[in-house]
Amino acid sequence: MTAPIKHIIQNSTFWLSPHRCLYWEEEQALILSDLHFGKTGHFRKSGIPVPQNVFIEDLQRLMDQIAYFKPRQIIAVGDLFHSEANKELDLFVKWRNDFPELVFILVRGNHDILSAEWYSKAGIQVQEGSYTLGGFDFLHDPAEVNMETEGANFIFSGHIHPGVHISGLGKQSLQFPCYYITSRLAILPAFSKFSGLAIIKKKKYETVYAIVNQSLVNIQ
Amino acid sequence: MKLQQTQGYSIITQWLTHKQFQPFAFQLEAWKNINKGESGLVNAPTGCGKTFSVYLGSLIQFINEHPKDFNSKKNNGLQLLWITPLRALAKDIGRAMEEVIAELGLQWRIGIRNGDTDTAERQKQKRNMPEVLIITPESLHLLLAQKDYPETFQTLRIIAVDEWHELIGSKRGVQVELALSRIVNCKKSIEHGPSSIVHTPCIWGISATIGNLTEAKEVLLSPLKKEGIIIRAKIDKPIQVASILPDEIEKYPWSGHLGIRLAEKLIPIIEQSKTTLIFINTRGMSETWYQTLLTVAPQLAGAIALHHGSIEQELRLWVEEALHTEKLKAVVCTSSLDLGVDFRPVDTVIQVGSPKGVARFLQRAGRSGHRPGEISKIYFLPTHSLELLEVAALKQAIKETAIESREPMLLCFDVLLQFLCTLAISDGFEANNLYDEIKSTYCFAEMTEMEWQEILLHLTIGGKALQQYDEYKKVEIDNGIYRITNRRIAMRHRMHIGTIVSDAMLKVKLMSGGYIGVIEEWFISRLDPGEVFTLAGRNLELVMIKDMTVLVRKSSSKKSKVPSWMGGRMSLTANLGKILRETFNKVLIDEREIELKSLHSLFLLQQELSHIPRANELLVEQIEDKNGYHLLVYPFEGRQVHEAMSAIMAYRIGQQLPITFSISMNDYGFELLSDQPIPVDDSNVRELFTTENLLLDIQKSMNSTEMARRKFRDIAVIGGLIFQGMPGEKKKARHLQSSASLLFKVFEEYDPNNILLRQAYHEVLMQQMDEVRLRNALNRIYHSNIIVTFPQKLTPLSFPIIVDGLSRINLSSEKLEDRVRKMQLQLEG
Repeated sequence: MTAPIKHIIQNSTFWLSPHRCLYWEEEQALILSDLHFGKTGHFRKSGIPVPQNVFIEDLQRLMDQIAYFKPRQIIAVGDLFHSEANKELDLFVKWRNDFPELVFILVRGNHDILSAEWYSKAGIQVQEGSYTLGGFDFLHDPAEVNMETEGANFIFSGHIHPGVHISGLGKQSLQFPCYYITSRLAILPAFSKFSGLAIIKKKKYETVYAIVNQSLVNIQ
Repeated sequence: MKLQQTQGYSIITQWLTHKQFQPFAFQLEAWKNINKGESGLVNAPTGCGKTFSVYLGSLIQFINEHPKDFNSKKNNGLQLLWITPLRALAKDIGRAMEEVIAELGLQWRIGIRNGDTDTAERQKQKRNMPEVLIITPESLHLLLAQKDYPETFQTLRIIAVDEWHELIGSKRGVQVELALSRIVNCKKSIEHGPSSIVHTPCIWGISATIGNLTEAKEVLLSPLKKEGIIIRAKIDKPIQVASILPDEIEKYPWSGHLGIRLAEKLIPIIEQSKTTLIFINTRGMSETWYQTLLTVAPQLAGAIALHHGSIEQELRLWVEEALHTEKLKAVVCTSSLDLGVDFRPVDTVIQVGSPKGVARFLQRAGRSGHRPGEISKIYFLPTHSLELLEVAALKQAIKETAIESREPMLLCFDVLLQFLCTLAISDGFEANNLYDEIKSTYCFAEMTEMEWQEILLHLTIGGKALQQYDEYKKVEIDNGIYRITNRRIAMRHRMHIGTIVSDAMLKVKLMSGGYIGVIEEWFISRLDPGEVFTLAGRNLELVMIKDMTVLVRKSSSKKSKVPSWMGGRMSLTANLGKILRETFNKVLIDEREIELKSLHSLFLLQQELSHIPRANELLVEQIEDKNGYHLLVYPFEGRQVHEAMSAIMAYRIGQQLPITFSISMNDYGFELLSDQPIPVDDSNVRELFTTENLLLDIQKSMNSTEMARRKFRDIAVIGGLIFQGMPGEKKKARHLQSSASLLFKVFEEYDPNNILLRQAYHEVLMQQMDEVRLRNALNRIYHSNIIVTFPQKLTPLSFPIIVDGLSRINLSSEKLEDRVRKMQLQLEG
């Protein structure tokens, strides 16, 4: 049930994981978005006692996914870190140093406000605006995508923390985080579990995978 | 010495005689006891001189203690602290007090302190306290957040808590309890010069009649560890209730808020009265009513006003002022005018929609005809047909004077956390000493040592963390003293003091300048710029939202959206529920009362389609329609009990087979709706109401619904987990924003033992899942005659629940994955 789902986009193979990230087979890249590392620490520093286990679990899940897919590179499409540097980021850096071979690319999101020096020390290549690889574009905020441009590259983005709402007979309704894929772009679910949802409306010919517990469900 | 022989008494009575007043017996008794240094509770309705019972007592005491120089003695320090729930009341009370001082020739000063008091005035008060300070619970806590606050209270003799019945059942009541315990105890802890005598202040509550007056007194006096006395004003006011009925009941809606079509019938009542108060249950509906009355009777323009909690303060004060001076014919208001000083010109009260409780209805009726001997007249305008039944029940309740209790809240750790932070920013606190003090309050009497330790750890360490990677910072321990030293945290906390919470509120301002009121964020976030909404009786066009402020311009558009404010929905009390059930015995049998007669055809239809439940019966209806399978149950216990009872029923049915319910309820009954047939009939229905395993089933069903999550919203704000942001603060503040539901989810998953999370469940158990009350209700039902019917279409009783029942909650015993799969299949099929 917890296996990743294969999804082909423009002849490339992507594996969508129920653990909120996807793997690009050809480029051996793990793509994820909105990790918001350091968020719990940021809250705690201001006297709001959010349990740090959320962060630990997020980090653990990232390690598990790396162990599972064995990527050569990671592409984070923004909001890797939540705010200013804090001790939680020290733990991240410690973890990062255990994977020196892993290329780490960050397409800057609105939350990524650390200094250039900090990123370079942490072994993270920061890309401003958008990043292009193997005929695909990566950028943080899908609102910045110009839908008018013909024949442009397919885009991976994040930012909105997409969620899907399902309803049934007897006024039942449920909502889940999801992958939202149109003909032009794919919006990733927020990797961090300390994040809310923005409900999207699926149109015909669009693909939505809801994350239901440990599995993915293709929503009709 | 006897009161009558004292100098203070003779001066005060002379003054009263001069004004042609005569003290009431209860006032004399209050003065006598205040003079003796007693504490207690004065039980008197509004408009009967309750303020004077304590205030003049305090003056008598002062005169008696300073017989030679009472009228020349200045700068006496704080003598009387007057706590009032509404800041709107402060001005009127202050004015009345000042008048007495001026006429007696005393040198006392009366100060007011609330959210509107400016910094200069506050500074002045700090240097030189007035003898009387009128204050709200929130501002009192802010006072405790000032350095050296104990100095302020050294001269204090009496703490009066006005309108205690309004505070006691809420977290603001807990706030009052905590402040009282601190003030009473901080007096002892300071050393005094040889000349001064230390008096522990006396506490006097003032309360309208509630069912549990003795308990109300105990709660208040708990920190004093004194018995105290209750002084009752024996003032009987006859009350007359008249219904405003539609001409044709058949055309009257079964549900909804459509009483508005009776607006025309109000006009002659308004015109024949001096001044009329029109009570509407929600702020949103009060806006609609105000507009409608103006449309129906344009001649009233200028003579009619609107008053509710979201309207800008100045405008509200103007309305109150105009009420006093008889400038207004009518005011459309919400519970915002429930409290406080009487508006003498008011001679008529109209209640629109169910008042939900006997006490509230009586209080509102009491707003008219203030002079002793006058009759209080109240008109009732039902918003849908079944509410007529409620009037009949209310009339009966008034006959029996069956008045509800207001239960004090217990173990509110969120308020305690907030209070401890308040002390930590002023003078700091020492944990052991404070423990005993906190335990001396009624609210925290049952707090365990372990819970106290947890609270302290929550403040200093912040629950679960990774030692070396954590920077949690809030309260620090410095030489055994708990303090907040970080200025930004202290500032944020000061902005946060206060326990009345709702959704984030945004200020509404005109582009051209001028503040109109506040509005809930979730409402405004659904509007697009250019859309028009109504606030304070004006149509406003949304221009933009900027820095927690909604900028608008006036609009002449006819179409506008009326905001609905969440909170403030009350549940029918158990008391009224019981009388309502008994009223059903008369339906179609004894139709002497006009309300019951008017409902004749509706009940005939109910009987035809299903059954009319009598007092010793429980009606259960099973109806199938395109939405699915409805199971309707009518216990008439009020919405709160129904929420709990429906969850337990759903849970119990779910134990028999995997099934999902969507639950809806109102004050009369509840509905379980499912996409599959619900296996309930005569053979098994009774077992669903058994009290066996009740405690376990309560626990299980509570965990699987959203009740705790909803409670957590307030707790998270009060307990300081949610930071609403300050106007003008920069972008980084936004990095601290999160929603209560997200925090709830995170705590549930990663820190399920968190003390605030546990409080959310505790509140559900105390307030909604109250085992005793549920057990009683279930017992009653179990031993009553349960009647199951299968109507072919919606019945008059079911209609309002199905169509606009409140707070849909879900409960499922199916696997999440299965539910999604099923919904997907339904979609395809």
